[in-house]
Amino acid sequence: MSTFRLAVEIDGDGAHPAAWRRANHAPNQLLTPRRVRDTARIAENAGFALVTLDDDLLPPGAAPNIAGRIGSVERAGFVAAATTVLGVAPVVSTTYAEPFHVSSQLATIDHISNGRAGWLVSTTPAPEAARAWGRPVVTGDADQTREARDSVQVARDLWDSWEDDAVIRDVATSRYLDRDRLHYIDFTGETFAVKGPAIVPRPPQGQLVVLAPAALLPADQVDVALITAPTLETLRATAATTEAPRTFVDLEVALDTPTTTAAARVADLNQHAPWPNTNRLRYLGPPAGLIDLITDLADIVDGVRLHPLVLDEDITVLSRIVLPALFRARTAQRPLPGSSLRGTLDLPRPTNRFASSDRAASTRSSR
Amino acid sequence: MTRTDPTDVPRPDAQLHFGVFFQGVNHWTIWSDPASGSQIDPASYARVAQTAERGLFDAFFLGEGLRLREVDGLIHDLDVAGRPDAITQLAALAAVTDRIGLVSTSNTTFNEPPDLARRLSGLDLLSEGRAGWNVVTTDNAWTGANFRRGGYLDHADRYRRAEQFLTAARAIWDSWTDNAVATTNDETWLAPDAITRVREHTAQFDIDLVPTLPRSAQGHPVIFQAGDSSEGRDFAARNADVIFSAHGTDFDDALAFAVDIRTRLRAAGRPDDDLRILPGTEIIIGRTEAEAAEKARYVRLEQVTPATALAIAGLLWNIDLADRDADGPLPAEDPVIIENTGAFGARRIADPRATIATWREQAEANGWSLRETVIALGPQRGHVGTPAGLAEKFAHFVRHGAIDGFNVSPYLIPDGLDDIVELLVPELQDRGIYPTEYAGTTLREHLGLRPPLTHRAIGTPTRKTG
Repeated sequence: MSTFRLAVEIDGDGAHPAAWRRANHAPNQLLTPRRVRDTARIAENAGFALVTLDDDLLPPGAAPNIAGRIGSVERAGFVAAATTVLGVAPVVSTTYAEPFHVSSQLATIDHISNGRAGWLVSTTPAPEAARAWGRPVVTGDADQTREARDSVQVARDLWDSWEDDAVIRDVATSRYLDRDRLHYIDFTGETFAVKGPAIVPRPPQGQLVVLAPAALLPADQVDVALITAPTLETLRATAATTEAPRTFVDLEVALDTPTTTAAARVADLNQHAPWPNTNRLRYLGPPAGLIDLITDLADIVDGVRLHPLVLDEDITVLSRIVLPALFRARTAQRPLPGSSLRGTLDLPRPTNRFASSDRAASTRSSR
Repeated sequence: MTRTDPTDVPRPDAQLHFGVFFQGVNHWTIWSDPASGSQIDPASYARVAQTAERGLFDAFFLGEGLRLREVDGLIHDLDVAGRPDAITQLAALAAVTDRIGLVSTSNTTFNEPPDLARRLSGLDLLSEGRAGWNVVTTDNAWTGANFRRGGYLDHADRYRRAEQFLTAARAIWDSWTDNAVATTNDETWLAPDAITRVREHTAQFDIDLVPTLPRSAQGHPVIFQAGDSSEGRDFAARNADVIFSAHGTDFDDALAFAVDIRTRLRAAGRPDDDLRILPGTEIIIGRTEAEAAEKARYVRLEQVTPATALAIAGLLWNIDLADRDADGPLPAEDPVIIENTGAFGARRIADPRATIATWREQAEANGWSLRETVIALGPQRGHVGTPAGLAEKFAHFVRHGAIDGFNVSPYLIPDGLDDIVELLVPELQDRGIYPTEYAGTTLREHLGLRPPLTHRAIGTPTRKTG
């Protein structure tokens, strides 16, 4: 088992739909660079290995709750430039987006962060998303899964479409590029085709860390499977059958703060809107109990992604009490300065799927 | 050189605006010089943007290409290539700069308005009102091979789609009422009825969405446009805040372009001063005229290597000249005339036979080799001189209304702006044609633009610029 790592979702004001009512900032400060930067830096200083940034083209919630959200890719680019060791993984849905653009955007985040980027793959089943995009609706699990699979395939192919040493700067022959180290991907799926090569050079990690809900994608497309399980028993069962190289479990947390119990905070927010049951593992209570729970999880999975009830409140308790205790006990570790996200997750840097072909085969790709 | 009497010109108070264009793809960027840095390292982007900001530039500008360039079916390998997604890279620069505008070139053919408008809004919010969008179109199936949409958009349809795209984008940007988000945690997060649903049913789009972002400090991203065709100029006159033109080297050519644009602006019902004209240019500076000329000679030789000279001539002749001698004479044969596939981007040569006739005549008269001919007569732009000489020249251009400034392409990354910021900017400031501080915090304020076209009833110019 690899080193246990901690991730946190930092979209909006927290996991509860009414979380904004207990936030430390005014609602009109949510969609500002200061808020985005501060939240990421708090997570980085606390020792999280990774932040995820939830997203979709559709609104994040319904009235009277949060109606606004800056795109995850734009936030991730900004956060990557404002941090130094934190992994950054935007949620990007595959259902209607252009795979070529998604691949370029994600590769760019990896360059900006010097190799700290991931991609949390999602799908958008809601039919109103098709109307919002102005595209034919993609209905049914099978079609949603196909778009996800093909989009990830294209992104991964494009990331390898430049070999690491494609820029040669060969003054003697006036060539900046070696075109034999650039590859057409020639992907043809059921609903789209992409020629390639990428317009962005190969990402520093070679391939970004691809995270996806367990069972959405074939195991060989995924680096980290995110497991949703309501109990430890179901988590154990799912983890045992998940084939991805790494597994993380999603865990919703509401912690006692120095002034208010978790139960009282939840009750306060539930007056405004119920906290929906997402089927994720959920913990309410004192920090000590969370430390024990995460210690147990470390025997089952490779990491945990926390969904704090209210970011401003819970992340303070996490960074002052919970994470330091886990680091002291060596249950979990901070990411090391200079490490890529793959390095932090003990994932190897992949060889290039096109580079292994011999030079004769690359004649095809240079035409 | 004597100083122009600043009162005896059409625009005595005119100010010069600078943008910097980090090109990423093409032969103007020298990669062979030891000082030439990475084209993808984020440090290169930060270094250029921060130098430009030190020099009070209005904007940092990124281009876009959605397919690697090819010649005769082979990936073009002589020029710098491989660059970041523009909006994503600019979002990173928003975190390491404070004032400079951040302009993305983004395509209307291979994007959808709900997605792209939201991405630009996100950049505008993260930069607190510094985003710009250079609106470009594509009409070829060659680029479409990378996209779901695929296929070919008819040349005439590309501006129709662009215009409908802009209309949809503006509706999305205007969908939230101002100050609609609560200022305390005990109201509703958003004022009731603060969002107008956007429904666009046009020939190109069928969208119906609830947008997720408010307007930024500058209202909308600033709209740039670079098309040079008559259609492109009319599109700019109707829609753009800034034209990134190709007419900034020769004064008469620049003035004729500016006069043409102002005529089109008036026809579109907009005031003469409603649009800034920023030609793309190179600026090569020496402490003496001789030093400047020597530097320019070096730059041209590095840009136009023997292989690049053959590639440029090959495009003109439409013949593969790669095995010819660049230091020998021009090709003896006639050009091959075929329809452009778009594979080499927008580089279309209108009348190859006439251009070749001029090249032959000049080469013969001057005894030039093919490479020397390409350097002298090939794709050209730029200004060469001393800081004082260039400042006088630019004062003449801007005060006579030929330009509003330049979008400068450094020939070296990342240090190519240093001479301009350290040597030229003080000379311009001395002459009163360049700001000594940023006019405000938004790109719209830097450029002295009025509020967005859809908001004219509620505002006036943010700053007069002559």
